[in-house]
Amino acid sequence: MPGKITEEKMSNNNKESYINPYLGGTLLGIVLFSAYFLTGGGLGASGAINRIQVFFVDLFAGGHVDQVGYFAKLAGGESNPLDAGIVLMLVGTFLGGMLSGLYNKRLKFETRKGPNISTKQRWLFAFIGGAVMGYGARFARGCTSGQALSGGAVLSVGSWAFMFCIFIGGYAMAWFVRKLWR
Amino acid sequence: MAPFDIVASLGKFIGYMVFLLIGLGFGAVLEMSGFGDSRKLAAQFYFKDMTVLKVMFTAIVVAMVLIFAFSALGFLDFGRLYVNPTYLFPGIIGGLIMGVGFIVGGFCPGTSIVALATFKIDGIIFAVGVAFGVFVFGETVSIFQGFHNSSYMDRFILPELFGVSTGLMVLLVVIMALVMFYWADRAEKFFGEKMPWKEIKILPANFKKIAASAVLVFFALFVLFSGQPTPEDKWNRIGEKEVKKLENRDIHIHPGELLEVMNDPMLYTTLLDIRSETDFNLFHLENARRITFENIHDSDFMKELSAAPDNTVVAVMSNNETDAQEAYKLLRGQGVLNLYILSGGINNWLGVFAPDASIAVKGEQGAGVSEESFQYIFSRAVGSTIGASNPGLEKGRELLEHSGIKFEKKVKIQKKKALSGGCA
Repeated sequence: MPGKITEEKMSNNNKESYINPYLGGTLLGIVLFSAYFLTGGGLGASGAINRIQVFFVDLFAGGHVDQVGYFAKLAGGESNPLDAGIVLMLVGTFLGGMLSGLYNKRLKFETRKGPNISTKQRWLFAFIGGAVMGYGARFARGCTSGQALSGGAVLSVGSWAFMFCIFIGGYAMAWFVRKLWR
Repeated sequence: MAPFDIVASLGKFIGYMVFLLIGLGFGAVLEMSGFGDSRKLAAQFYFKDMTVLKVMFTAIVVAMVLIFAFSALGFLDFGRLYVNPTYLFPGIIGGLIMGVGFIVGGFCPGTSIVALATFKIDGIIFAVGVAFGVFVFGETVSIFQGFHNSSYMDRFILPELFGVSTGLMVLLVVIMALVMFYWADRAEKFFGEKMPWKEIKILPANFKKIAASAVLVFFALFVLFSGQPTPEDKWNRIGEKEVKKLENRDIHIHPGELLEVMNDPMLYTTLLDIRSETDFNLFHLENARRITFENIHDSDFMKELSAAPDNTVVAVMSNNETDAQEAYKLLRGQGVLNLYILSGGINNWLGVFAPDASIAVKGEQGAGVSEESFQYIFSRAVGSTIGASNPGLEKGRELLEHSGIKFEKKVKIQKKKALSGGCA
């Protein structure tokens, strides 16, 4: 069929052994439920990244950390920002990803990108996208894992509004950055 | 009853191990679903590969149904779960920003960690970018602190927004998700596989999908028809220790002690008076608040109560103790801390801190008098304008010494454990 030949597939799922998304979602839902059951809180990532980032800034510029309110909350004075369950959760997320990658032979130094940009361009946009994401995540007090997934499961109004806005923002921007991916 | 404070009950080592294991499951499932690959993630926004939507909403719906089913069965106290507080406009703006970041960078923070773990270079760079973005936020947030803290609606859940029961909301969300999945599958066929619209079958051919959907709907219906625990249910499930505390009168405090608490500059006091309006207007303690059993069943009232500072003592009182005790159970069941009953009620208070005879006298206890009758006859309704509403420490202590009354001090301030969630 003409449409399929010329364009490299957007997603590589005919080669990779990814599990069915509905199965993946069910498993993720069970993990999310057990997080709430065992700890009273949901999943998360951006909060832990925040703590790790503050930890490093604190190593080099402890005085500065004490003076910026947002950082001092976590690492002011003698507080150790890494001393929190969610940091361990992030370590676990990293290990879990690595183990699954190892098992499925998907550990590979590579850059995933669309066919019409260079690797270096992809790296630039990955950094920019990451920075925007990081900034937005603190603005919204959570990211897709912490706010959308977790807050969504417990029916928080703010989380649902947030979640719809992520999709709206992404879809609205998609046409403008289509060169990155297509 | 779940949830548990794992770190508090089993110590940091085991507690943090639990967090690690949860993370392990999280990371593994994300990777297995293909979320280490930015191209797959980005494809969502071109309708070619709806994996992101399918995984996210399936996860939300599965977790939600499990949470509320367990809650309906009394195995999980939803009141003690962390619910992300709603800051509506920062959440909306933050979400839009993140949508942009998602499609530009190809990841979200969680998936970038998985990409990082599987050596994807763009994932590593993205994660560094996230750390940088978070740093910039920290440095600049003071500029727009006002906005960042605006439209705060506290713990606000969808059933409250739409004025429906929790169970009905769960069912509606399940139905919405199933509809979205149906259209997601069709969109993938049309945009992804470039199938002509007419050729896409109307009914999902897959039996497994239909069966799974039916299971979800069944669970949602179960939640709907079971209902969530009432304050009465919560007290009934609360456990022996609490019931013993009540039976042993560990939480009944003498008027002398309440006087001390009311006048202690280091403490806040919330006085909940569950008597009739008439009695309340005749006489009540200084700054006491009149409540009804209806209030105790109202989530807005309970939220307000729980928003009080940590060093707040809550004392509930009626004329004698019967109603106060009922109120105590319902409040305690919903997790109110530092909660006490005024021993002997207002009748006892006025016995200890007697008002002038020209204002009130103690009536005779007649035969047909109800359990909660007000034993004092007032010449006029004084509310809290007379000295007896709060005699003050000096006068009060003098009165107590004079009458030789001794009492046991029972108030112990329990610190509220702050609920926290994954992204705090």
